[in-house]
Amino acid sequence: MAEVQVLEEIKESAFSFGKEERRLLTDPLNDNNPITVQVLGICSALAVTTLVTKAVVMGIAVTLVCGFSNLIISSLRNNIPKQVRMIVQLVIVAFLVTVVELSLKAMNYPIWKELSVFIGLIITNCIIMGRLEAFAMANKPWKSFLDGIGNGLGYAIILVIIAVIRELFGKGAIAGFKIIGPTSEYALNTTEISMLSWYAPNNLMVLFPSAMFVIGVIIWAHRAWNTKLVDIS
Amino acid sequence: MGDLINIFVKSAFIENMALAYFLGMCSFLAVSKSVKTAFGLGLAVIFVLGITMPMNWAIEHFLLSENGLFGLDLTFLRFILFISTIAALVQLVEMIVEKFSPSLYNSLGIFLPLITVNCAILGGSLFMIAKEYNFTESVSFGLGSGFGWFLAIVAIAAIREKMQYSAVPPALRGLGMAFILTGMMGMAFMGLMGIDPAAF
Repeated sequence: MAEVQVLEEIKESAFSFGKEERRLLTDPLNDNNPITVQVLGICSALAVTTLVTKAVVMGIAVTLVCGFSNLIISSLRNNIPKQVRMIVQLVIVAFLVTVVELSLKAMNYPIWKELSVFIGLIITNCIIMGRLEAFAMANKPWKSFLDGIGNGLGYAIILVIIAVIRELFGKGAIAGFKIIGPTSEYALNTTEISMLSWYAPNNLMVLFPSAMFVIGVIIWAHRAWNTKLVDIS
Repeated sequence: MGDLINIFVKSAFIENMALAYFLGMCSFLAVSKSVKTAFGLGLAVIFVLGITMPMNWAIEHFLLSENGLFGLDLTFLRFILFISTIAALVQLVEMIVEKFSPSLYNSLGIFLPLITVNCAILGGSLFMIAKEYNFTESVSFGLGSGFGWFLAIVAIAAIREKMQYSAVPPALRGLGMAFILTGMMGMAFMGLMGIDPAAF
């Protein structure tokens, strides 16, 4: 006798937030981190990490652009002819970056002045193009949006870590709060010299190559901690 | 003429795109596993930079600025127009390379179309706008930055080929080592930073 199974139709709502969607947000933070694992988005990671404020602004900008460009391209994915695929993607990303740049210029002019060229370089940020090609062209809009936000957050976290290291050891400050070094304003004792003023700022951290060393060490630490990622080639 | 040579030398050695500003890192690190592919990619980047710079200069000054064709300040369209010219030109380069050198085309694979999103190309155009060069200066700047990027990628490819036989800690192997190498090369190039080319 054949067993009759009643199959329940599982209705997938358009905005579900189940386990898979949560994984889209958390994978890029650790296992599939855009900077340390996928090797994307390095260019702007170096020049903007001299100050924590710049890194936070850049991280937010990339997260927004990545999420929304994934959303738009994923909605259009069945209508883009194959030959002009790349140009369509670039124009949409360029449009979003222009919006972000003009908003930043209006909201916070000093930071815009400092970031200058590097906001424009978000267009060529490999993370955005990489996620568009790898994910948004083949998946539904809501999931693509979450994937974009997740990758942007993974990028932002690494950026902030690098910026904290560089600013703390390079200038003795974090986001403008002078913590250690001669101009420190914390842990004052009675002789009016801060207890933390023994630190002499390491100028190497302010220069560009230091970002490379810091990323190299972060990759080393990340792979030592998460041994699945070791390069065995 | 001396001015143009100054700009060439400055952009190739003193303000090297790859080692002083760290632009174009994604393809820099991904293609530099062998000298042959690095050589081909470097040449393609010189070509693309040398042509897109003057084209973007012309677009900026004849279309987008206030004295241009439309008489309005359209500089907010800069990103979209620049990236479109770069994409069109790279498509052209890809077709030429496929026709004249199929072996190079096959060995470069996906990285030839990825020159479009190479930060160095768009970054070079944006630097040129920020420094307010004129037309001939922008040609010289384009060829100089391309040449500098080419030197950097061939150099690091050569070093990484030799590094394959060294005892690197497992977690640092491959990518981590490439970053530290690039950092050291950047520090070496910083030794050139104080030179004023106009003094020669």
